[in-house]
Amino acid sequence: MIGPKFLAAGALAAALGLNAGVALAADTVNIPCVCELSGAGAVAGTNFHDGAHMAVDEINAGGGILGKKIEMTDMDTQTDPMTSRALIQKAIDSGAYAIMGTIYSGSTIVNMMVAEKAGVPQFTGAEAPNITEKHNPFIFRTSSGAEKGVPALTSYFKDHLKVGKIAISWVNNDFGKGGHDVFLAQMKKAGIEVAADVPSEQGQADFSADVSKIKQSGAQAVFVYLNEEEGARFLKEARKQGLTAPLVGEVTLTGQKVIDLAGGAAEGAIAHVGLATSAPVPSIEDFVTKFKKRYGRDTDHNGIKGYIGVYAIKYATELNGKFDRKALADKLHGLTLDAAKYPNMLLTTSWDANGELSRESFITEVKDGKQVVTGTVPAN
Amino acid sequence: MRAAAPIASMAQFLQVLLSGLSTGAIYALAAIGFTLVWQAARTVNFAQGEFVMLPAFFVLIGVHWLHMPRWLALVFGLIVAVVVLGLLFKKVVVEPMLPNGGLPLIIATMALSILLKEGAKQFYGAEAQPFPSLFPQTTLHVGGAVVSVQDLMNLIVSLAVVVGLTLFLNRTRTGRRMQATAQNPRVAEILGVNTRRMVLYAFLVNAALAALASFLISPIYLAKFSNGETLGLVAFIAAIVGGFNQIRGALAGGLLIGVLDNLTATYVTTEYRAALPLVLLIAIILWRPQGLLGVDEGRKV
Amino acid sequence: MAAAGPSWRRRGEEGLRTRRLTPILLLLGVAALIAAPLGRTDYVIYVLSSWLTFSIAAMGLNLTLGYAGQISLAQASFMGIGAYTTALMTLVGVPWLIAAPAGVALCFVVGLALGFPALRVQGHFLAFVTLAFNTLFFLVARNEEWLTGGSYGLSNLPRPAFWAFDTARNLPFYYFTLIVFLASAALMWGVVRSPWGRAFRGLRENPVRAESLGVDTRRITLLAFAIGSAYGGLAGALISPLVQYIEPSSFAFSQSLRVLLMVVVGGAGLFLGPILGAAVVILLPEFLRFTEGYYLMIYAAAVIALMVYCPTGLIGVGRRLSDRFSPKREVRADMKLGARS
Repeated sequence: MIGPKFLAAGALAAALGLNAGVALAADTVNIPCVCELSGAGAVAGTNFHDGAHMAVDEINAGGGILGKKIEMTDMDTQTDPMTSRALIQKAIDSGAYAIMGTIYSGSTIVNMMVAEKAGVPQFTGAEAPNITEKHNPFIFRTSSGAEKGVPALTSYFKDHLKVGKIAISWVNNDFGKGGHDVFLAQMKKAGIEVAADVPSEQGQADFSADVSKIKQSGAQAVFVYLNEEEGARFLKEARKQGLTAPLVGEVTLTGQKVIDLAGGAAEGAIAHVGLATSAPVPSIEDFVTKFKKRYGRDTDHNGIKGYIGVYAIKYATELNGKFDRKALADKLHGLTLDAAKYPNMLLTTSWDANGELSRESFITEVKDGKQVVTGTVPAN
Repeated sequence: MRAAAPIASMAQFLQVLLSGLSTGAIYALAAIGFTLVWQAARTVNFAQGEFVMLPAFFVLIGVHWLHMPRWLALVFGLIVAVVVLGLLFKKVVVEPMLPNGGLPLIIATMALSILLKEGAKQFYGAEAQPFPSLFPQTTLHVGGAVVSVQDLMNLIVSLAVVVGLTLFLNRTRTGRRMQATAQNPRVAEILGVNTRRMVLYAFLVNAALAALASFLISPIYLAKFSNGETLGLVAFIAAIVGGFNQIRGALAGGLLIGVLDNLTATYVTTEYRAALPLVLLIAIILWRPQGLLGVDEGRKV
Repeated sequence: MAAAGPSWRRRGEEGLRTRRLTPILLLLGVAALIAAPLGRTDYVIYVLSSWLTFSIAAMGLNLTLGYAGQISLAQASFMGIGAYTTALMTLVGVPWLIAAPAGVALCFVVGLALGFPALRVQGHFLAFVTLAFNTLFFLVARNEEWLTGGSYGLSNLPRPAFWAFDTARNLPFYYFTLIVFLASAALMWGVVRSPWGRAFRGLRENPVRAESLGVDTRRITLLAFAIGSAYGGLAGALISPLVQYIEPSSFAFSQSLRVLLMVVVGGAGLFLGPILGAAVVILLPEFLRFTEGYYLMIYAAAVIALMVYCPTGLIGVGRRLSDRFSPKREVRADMKLGARS
């Protein structure tokens, strides 16, 4: 049969014609954005992408980095770890100076090996603890990992709420498991009993069993480590069943999205937030206004991650005075960028030798349908 | 204090049971339509979950873009659903493919589910949207458990649909013609039944049921493009477990799955809660393929 | 009576017309595969390796589905079994040449075990059972952290090294994959051409008649299912060193759908179908990237159109095109389907 052979040959020829390289002018620096623009991570990835592009345009308008304009191409990982790995490879092939992305921990843990092998610094939005435990000198976070964020809540539970029994509701994927494991370790250290440990599925809609178990357990507070939509559904079910214990989350529980979705049920929810778009910090307020003006919508912590990641690259490169990937990575280890001197970092930010990020954070609460900052937590 | 423990656990049991019945009632609606289409046209609609996801978005378009009042948007959503997911689906996707046989149709409906899902995401948005509830938010206390009006209405509506549909199929002429078409299309044709129209009715009813399920479930599930994934799978399982060739089978299957899922999550295991319906499915297919309430169709040689 | 039914089932003997050209084309094909990655970027080589790996999985499913007519939606779970077995063994130092066959053998056994009860039901029911099996596999892989690493997965999987031939870089790994691919394709060719293969096809065309002719349908379908699953396991055994990291969601039901799509789009029941289908499913998104978020929609719409107009897949389209351009050989209509009463 000639037909199928021709077709197969044609496909092969097409494959050979794949052009993975992008010719770049000498006066630009290539920083691709490899992020989740479709699939489960579409919301997070899109916000990250938008924040990053806003930073790129601002920097370019000001002359770029060391006189070179940033060229940021977008690559959609479809929230698939294998695709993300391939795309990071593609980004490296095209001569990336540094890479922005990915956000999902499951993808990042895979693709960062590729960037590490090629010696390209990577700025991720992922929060799972294991990412900075692999001694990868080229990975840098743009927000605190769970192992920094969750302990901040321990003193809140122990000293402020004074609970002896606690329950945890967490989403059973790599993101949720990371937070869950850190939390359990922290509770053990603090001597607080975990009365109910309730995992749930990503995308789960019915939380009646989860809430009822927590009610039964007699827990005096609940640590909620879920994504936005599940968090909203949990809050609604908790309100319906009359769960009175304080509901405390990390990162997402008091976000605007959750408030919109949960309505009145979000009232009184508390969350420890590394980046609060509602923080009464002028630089953050400016950022939120700028973002809204440009994109016509509010953003979340992922937008901030994308934004400061690009600026981190700019500032650290300028401190070096040259475009050198290894030098960039070395510079960032142990670096502190003071927000007073480097305003577009929004908050004073430090990185340690593993790429872990340290920054002041906030305790927030939902009051009258709005996220309100009720306290700050110093960088740890 | 001694009495509190059994009362508390009784209350918990009642809570998860009633919540399970409520969710199960919605699964049943999706499963009933699925069964109808299977019976009428031997079509396994892998896009059934998306059929339940989409009508909510039609309503949201009506409210936010066309600025309709809520009740009008609901009617609008229903009509669009029936036209697009019933009429268009049959004419554009199913009809051309029926002569080609089973597998291409299955693949086509799988591709359709991707198309609808991505379409909702691209044209409306990736984020979950709040959906207005049809009923007041009041709750009732039944023996220590909290039940919302929504929960009760889900059950009532599903029962009403089953009763109404069964009456329609058995007592009206059109209904009996639809049954005849499902059982033996060639003979029905010979006897003067307009089989094509009967098949069309089945698709239209499925679309309407899916829309209804959508309106009932979206206040809780929130309107999101990915809702179809879980709903579709549960609809299949409910239909098969309950009985593929009986309407009440789909109801029984849906309720059973809703309740068992909650009971498993509460008393047995949360990590494997999703496994229960799957195991049930495998068990039923292997030992009683006609489903719990289904009628053995015998082997077709 | 000529066999009636859907056109994708009606197929006469393949390759009647161009027997002479086949060895030359084969040689050209192999040469093209050898030359393909030369001078290309790491990314392109990686994608080509991925394509060959998925072709193996698709070939296996093609045997089960295209030749034996059994709808299996569990191919990804067999890939998972192969991948995890290989990963766990290579992580403790077992060489790939031992770990991979172990994974493949395990898949064969699991395929037999699953198929034995499952193949008692046909068509859609089998599809659901395999779907359920795949999802159960995903749940076990995700929950049993002690064995599979759970959601965190297994990372730093080693690339195999054979004496002087180290596959750590993408190019040598591609050739390693190519060798495995060619070997498995040759094996599949042998299976399809063997009496078993003919029995599979008889089964697909007309199961009742096959049974009345003395074909032990149960054993044959079971065999097809098990071999198809074993091929899935082999693909999985290649994925572990290719990506060097595996986690449960790579082997969920959606991946099974992807492999199914490869088989159907390429042309179910035709030998080169799955290979072409894998090329389309893996390479096409590269070309459609410019459409950004819309490409999945375009892709899905194209698949629907393909199913409506040419359910035999792209090879069917190719056939129709070549029919137009090559000289028409008059074939007696009654002989077209072979001598059937």
